[in-house]
Amino acid sequence: MECYNLQRQAACLKRSLFDQGYLDEQFYQIEDLQDEASPNFTEEVVSLFFKDSARLMTNIEQAMEKNPRDFNRWDAHMQQLKGSCSSIGASRMKNECASFRNSCRDENAEGCMRSFQKLKREHGVLRQKLESYFQLLRQAGPFETATRPGGA
Amino acid sequence: MALADATGFPYGLRVLVVDDDPTWLKILEKMLRKCSYEVTTCGLASVALQILRERRNKFDIVISDVNMPDMDGFRLLEHIGLEMDLPVIMMSIDGETSRVMKGVQHGACDYLLKPVRMKELRNIWQHVYRKKMHEVKEIEGNDSCDDLQIFRNGCEGLEERGLFMRAESDTMRKRKDVDKDHIDQDSSDGATVKKARVVWSVDLHQKFVNAVNQIGFDKVGPKKILDLMNVPGLTRENVASHLQKYRLYLSRLQKQNEERIMGAARQDFSHKGPSDNLNLRNSFQEQPGNGASGFQHSSQKIQAQNNMLDPHLEDTKIVVPLKVPDKSGTPVSDVIDPQNATSASPLGGVLSFERMPLNQDRKPSETMILECQSWSGSVPPKQFMQYPKHNHERCDLLGDYSCLPKPYLEHPITPGHLYAPSPLVSMSCSMEGDLRDFSDVKPDLLGCMKSLSPALTCTVDSVSAQLSDSVVTSTNSDQKFSSVEGLSSGKDCHFDQARNQAPSLISEEASTICGTDLACLPDDLSGYQLGLNGIDLFQCNDAMMLHGLQNNWYDDPELSSEIMEFPLLDGCLFA
Repeated sequence: MECYNLQRQAACLKRSLFDQGYLDEQFYQIEDLQDEASPNFTEEVVSLFFKDSARLMTNIEQAMEKNPRDFNRWDAHMQQLKGSCSSIGASRMKNECASFRNSCRDENAEGCMRSFQKLKREHGVLRQKLESYFQLLRQAGPFETATRPGGA
Repeated sequence: MALADATGFPYGLRVLVVDDDPTWLKILEKMLRKCSYEVTTCGLASVALQILRERRNKFDIVISDVNMPDMDGFRLLEHIGLEMDLPVIMMSIDGETSRVMKGVQHGACDYLLKPVRMKELRNIWQHVYRKKMHEVKEIEGNDSCDDLQIFRNGCEGLEERGLFMRAESDTMRKRKDVDKDHIDQDSSDGATVKKARVVWSVDLHQKFVNAVNQIGFDKVGPKKILDLMNVPGLTRENVASHLQKYRLYLSRLQKQNEERIMGAARQDFSHKGPSDNLNLRNSFQEQPGNGASGFQHSSQKIQAQNNMLDPHLEDTKIVVPLKVPDKSGTPVSDVIDPQNATSASPLGGVLSFERMPLNQDRKPSETMILECQSWSGSVPPKQFMQYPKHNHERCDLLGDYSCLPKPYLEHPITPGHLYAPSPLVSMSCSMEGDLRDFSDVKPDLLGCMKSLSPALTCTVDSVSAQLSDSVVTSTNSDQKFSSVEGLSSGKDCHFDQARNQAPSLISEEASTICGTDLACLPDDLSGYQLGLNGIDLFQCNDAMMLHGLQNNWYDDPELSSEIMEFPLLDGCLFA
């Protein structure tokens, strides 16, 4: 069945996101919040996250350009982004934020740059994957709600 | 609204959530709704304060993030503790013990780590309840009938809202009955304060400050203050807890000041000539008697003079209004006692600023305004600390006083002039200074600045242009996340209104407000209307806050030792 396949694909995609560490437990928490009052809650939250995190990353990028070696400032911005990542359980991104902050503490500008580039990549990949995920869900049917994969 | 079922669960608990992260705000709102709480969200600390001030008794508890761009969460915590005495829960991704300790020291009821789970949120009602119980104890400890009246009112409110377990309600009811006779007998005294908590209005706070100054900060004690204040219905406990908060506040200002002095570079500000001052003065004079609601008008007037003031205010950061002990640290800071804060308080102190860093660059207008704040008080200006230099970079509202220029500056202001302007002045100064310093000044501020009239200097314009995008963003965010009506749209115009109103506070009340106004203004700058019903002494300059400085303020080793000063209050604080 078409529907079933789509559902299964969505479930698989989600499971792989967890297995590969892109997402963590917090994502389940978000999905659990979805209900009749907010049937698209998860997707709304995720898209809000990507919009806001893009803005935060732009801020960081600008700070790195305009305030070279201003590690305190960079760290403060990254703290914000890290908090944001924790909201949807963007685990890889969060780890990269932590590594960036470590570089800030060590005053290692090169390390920061590298971390930031990685962060941008992770951000892009996660966004793409989640977009696919939600698309599958939508295609699978309106009654399809994000549920935990069995045993996951 | 709130109905407790058989289990006694406080449905409809009114929660205000403050978080600059829109994703978290949405999630928290949903979680709290699922707990059957009544949720109001807010993306900016300054807006949150505004909401709380306007709807003073409409919230039971506040949950706030620690790291916010426009205001440090701890600062917000202080404000709320001083003014509204609501339980506050802090949240952060950072669980470092030192941060958590800071939260506790500043009076947070709890400190949650992000990601926050729903089960943690479900239990927050216990903080509301616990606080009520402590208030009851405080009141009971006092013989005053008025206190009982307050308590009774508070209990009634809570009962009506079904917030408490049935058993508890019965206990409260018993107390009420017992005290009923007392209350009836003294009904003519009539609780001056009919609310559940003592509200430290501008007037009351001003009285408090005056009393403190009269007694002498070093010798001050709750009983002495209480006697001097001579306010019926006020208890020693009320004063004691307020004093504790006040000290904490002062100490924080002092620390900030010290940091600024050490770290900040002087900035050159263009001054406006004396004529500006005159304008300012006049504008303030023109609006007598607008009263608390009149703040809006004042702000407008002041607006035009902003620019003048800005640069100077920056310079004149005055640190602690009241006799802040000198830097070596007389224990001024105490744990904030969850009693309430009068906005006017620091003003009293503030005016005395000694500290005027003597920034010769200071614009006379600033000087004027600040000096005007000769509140009814009589506190001699020399009472306060002196700071060799001030830091322009921030003009914390809470520490607004820091913005105040030295009283004896070139253009001494006659006492006749009013206070109202000062707040505005400082606001503008702060903003200006910030703009100069940082390109990433809070968008809201810039938005406000933009809305300011022609008086704004080029600096502002350029900065605001830079920030226009972010301003828009934040506006949108505000719209999105703030449930306060009209805030987002009204940003700019509110600011204007606020400016206009300030000058109107020429009355006595205004005098007490002066510091408040100063403090308030920066908030306005964020684009929100000043709810200057007197309190806003502590409105934050936070908008002005420098990002980098945020974390420095609370590192006060003395603070913890000072907490011990008022053991009675400590219990309340950490309730």
